[in-house]
Amino acid sequence: MKQRRKVTVVASAFFIVSLVASALLLHRSDQLRPQATLDEVLYLNSPKILKRASLGYDGLLADIYWTRAVQYFGGRHYDHAQSYNLLYPLLDITTHLDPQLVVAYQFGASFLAPAPPGGAGQPEQAIQLMEYGIQNNPDNWKLYYDLGFVYYMNLKDYRKAADAFDRGSKVPNAHPFLRLLAAQMAEHAGEFDTARMMWSATYQNSQDKLIRQNAVEHLRALRVDEDVTRLQAGVTRFGERTGRLPASISELASAERLPGIPVDPDGHSYKLTADGRVEVRVPDDFPFATKGIPPGYKPQPKFHEQE
Amino acid sequence: MPAIEILGLEKTYRVGFWRKRPKCALSPLHLTVEDGEIFGFLGPNGAGKTTTLKLLLGLVFPTAGSARLLGRDWTDPEVKAQIGFLPEQPYFYDHLTAHELLNYYAQLSGVAAKERSRRVEATLQRVGLPDVKGVQLRKFSKGMLQRVGIAQAILHDPKLVFFDEPMSGLDPMGRREVRDLMEQLKHEGKTVFFSTHILSDAEALCDRVAIIHKGELRGVGAVADLTSSVQSKVEVIWQGTHVPPSMKALGAECHVTGDTVRAVIDESQQDAAIDALRRERLRLIAITPVRTSLEAYFVEKLRRVETTAGGKL
Amino acid sequence: MNARIVHIAANTFREAVRDRVLYNLIAFAVLLSGAAILVGQISIEIEKLVVINLGLTAVSLFGIVIAIFIGIGLVSKEIEKRTLYTVLSRPVRRWEFIVGKFFGLAGTLVVNTFFMAIGVFAALFYVAHKFVRADALILVALYFIVLEFLIICSLALLFSSFSSPLLSAVFAFSLFVIGSFAEDLRGFAGMAHGFTRWLVTGAAYLVPNFSAFNIVSSIAHEQPVAAQLIWHNTLYSFFYAAMALSGAVLIFERRNLK
Repeated sequence: MKQRRKVTVVASAFFIVSLVASALLLHRSDQLRPQATLDEVLYLNSPKILKRASLGYDGLLADIYWTRAVQYFGGRHYDHAQSYNLLYPLLDITTHLDPQLVVAYQFGASFLAPAPPGGAGQPEQAIQLMEYGIQNNPDNWKLYYDLGFVYYMNLKDYRKAADAFDRGSKVPNAHPFLRLLAAQMAEHAGEFDTARMMWSATYQNSQDKLIRQNAVEHLRALRVDEDVTRLQAGVTRFGERTGRLPASISELASAERLPGIPVDPDGHSYKLTADGRVEVRVPDDFPFATKGIPPGYKPQPKFHEQE
Repeated sequence: MPAIEILGLEKTYRVGFWRKRPKCALSPLHLTVEDGEIFGFLGPNGAGKTTTLKLLLGLVFPTAGSARLLGRDWTDPEVKAQIGFLPEQPYFYDHLTAHELLNYYAQLSGVAAKERSRRVEATLQRVGLPDVKGVQLRKFSKGMLQRVGIAQAILHDPKLVFFDEPMSGLDPMGRREVRDLMEQLKHEGKTVFFSTHILSDAEALCDRVAIIHKGELRGVGAVADLTSSVQSKVEVIWQGTHVPPSMKALGAECHVTGDTVRAVIDESQQDAAIDALRRERLRLIAITPVRTSLEAYFVEKLRRVETTAGGKL
Repeated sequence: MNARIVHIAANTFREAVRDRVLYNLIAFAVLLSGAAILVGQISIEIEKLVVINLGLTAVSLFGIVIAIFIGIGLVSKEIEKRTLYTVLSRPVRRWEFIVGKFFGLAGTLVVNTFFMAIGVFAALFYVAHKFVRADALILVALYFIVLEFLIICSLALLFSSFSSPLLSAVFAFSLFVIGSFAEDLRGFAGMAHGFTRWLVTGAAYLVPNFSAFNIVSSIAHEQPVAAQLIWHNTLYSFFYAAMALSGAVLIFERRNLK
């Protein structure tokens, strides 16, 4: 049996070496073609062809493309990318393969429309996606909501937003607040309240982790914006009354008869700069805040790490 | 130096899907085959003949034991250059011609390139397939395939040849030819080890035989010795159709054919039988010794085991 | 070079060819010419694209099917039908048999691909009326397809060494499909937690990964191919096939033949 043992040893050695080598090569290939399978979608001119080519397994293929879309966006987002040009094609393919995959539309609403690095900066594409979604799921009120959301938040087109909410409110079993939103659009009154209502609705209407996180960050930013606006108005009032700027936040607080030192959603107190600006202590914690950020500061979007 | 030495080769399979039960295909076998003899390996179907062959050729691995072929360890690949094997009901590459097949085998057996086509031609002639150039094997009849099988076994002039049921698929002419071929091989100094369940062939050809049943060796020896150890019988023929009770009492098997009765009895009871017939006034026609065949030996060996509980010889 | 391996390979090739495997080329030629003629009549500007996409996809698919069925047929069947007895009763080592079969199969596929490649270029010439430098990229794509075949052949042999013909075909085909989605498998692994993550990551490295091999779409758009990628794929294919073949040898060395 000596020959057999020799062959066994040699073959086992080959096996192990080859296994390790191929695994290492695979590992390295990540640097070579990081988006090998994804780049393909740019060359697929028509999702319809893909649907036919999938030989009836479009559901499975849709799931695969959906997974790729999420990973694509998540990965790039984590790296603070400035462009997400494959996101729309991926979502387009996903939804063509499975037009009832509602989460894909919602994902598009949240992440296609906003400007980079929070999103792809393609609100028109987002609208297109939502309309396609509505066409294929006419009884899903959430899609009308998302459509209106994009018009309101990203395009500031209040008339079209009102229109979308209105259409949605007519759907059986629609959430009653759609009618309310439609009305509010018409007046675009109480912007903070509207925005808060909408982000809360987005949070509640989705199970997707990224969409929810995004909504939470926006809600926090809203709080900051609100607080800073109010406090800044207080600074102005103080100045008008006393002819100078408050020396500190606590002076402002007592002048305004506030219950305590005002704090941001993380519990840190706001600070007052020498030139009378109310600011947050850690601007990085509030990537979407438009007020209370030092001038010229570029917020780095920092989502909580995906596990 | 013996051509084959089997030293306790044993094979146990584990059958069953969940709990593997052991099934013994071959009990430890000890057997020696001398150089230059024709050795018959006999046994009913499923006795373990093919298992033994497959063990010797390294197609199956033994649970225990070893063997030596032509003086070398049976797992030595080089020893196979000196061995030929004809499996039972051989099957070959459908789409090759006989020439291509044999040429391929010659290559694998290490026959020198310039020798090959000559050898192939010669062997095909020898096995009785002179005109098969260009015909694919899938067009061959069973008998022709059998001849091709024999051809590939002897093509490279091996010193030791294994045949598993070499006569199967052949008509009587073909069987005669194969028997002649095996005799020739012996004259060329080769050792032939063949397994069969056709006893008449073994009887005619073999120097020695072994009998195997249910994985166990039941008997080994020269054909002449084995048949003579069995009690000889005589056949008594008398006129008429009457079988007297006294004949039956002798334990005779009686057959009535036409107007004569034939009975086979032990030689020792010959006198008693003659007396019985005279008493009955039956006319004796003939008493002839019956040459015991290997078949009888065979059957007896098998039967003794069946009747003796778990008996070994 | 071990002479026995060469003889086994040559015989395997001959058996495959006689088994009318090359007739698939006729079907391929018919398909491709039909498509080329049709495309030449319908649309402008993308005929070349269609011919390249369709042609290379067909080469790939036909080849995979052949690789699996011939591979299984020539090895598993040989084991089942006992042609192997007369081969292994000769001074042939079991590992030589596996390696020889592999080269025979690979050779068959390379020859097959060669003829198909001629077909593709012919169809291309028909619709485009001339060749440009970028068309050389088609050769690279074909080379990658052949590398895929080598991997599939080695897997077919691996399964044949212990499994029945039908099961081997099923396993080999499944691994081909999984291998095409291997990148997604790695993506899934990244999203899983705990033990599942280890399991899926292990699987993702163990299955063949064809994602880097499929450049059909990009070369149809005349995207260049990095030399590093060619090198990488060659090495990966070599090592993966070596791994599968070593596995086949390890198993086959021990197999009791029925």
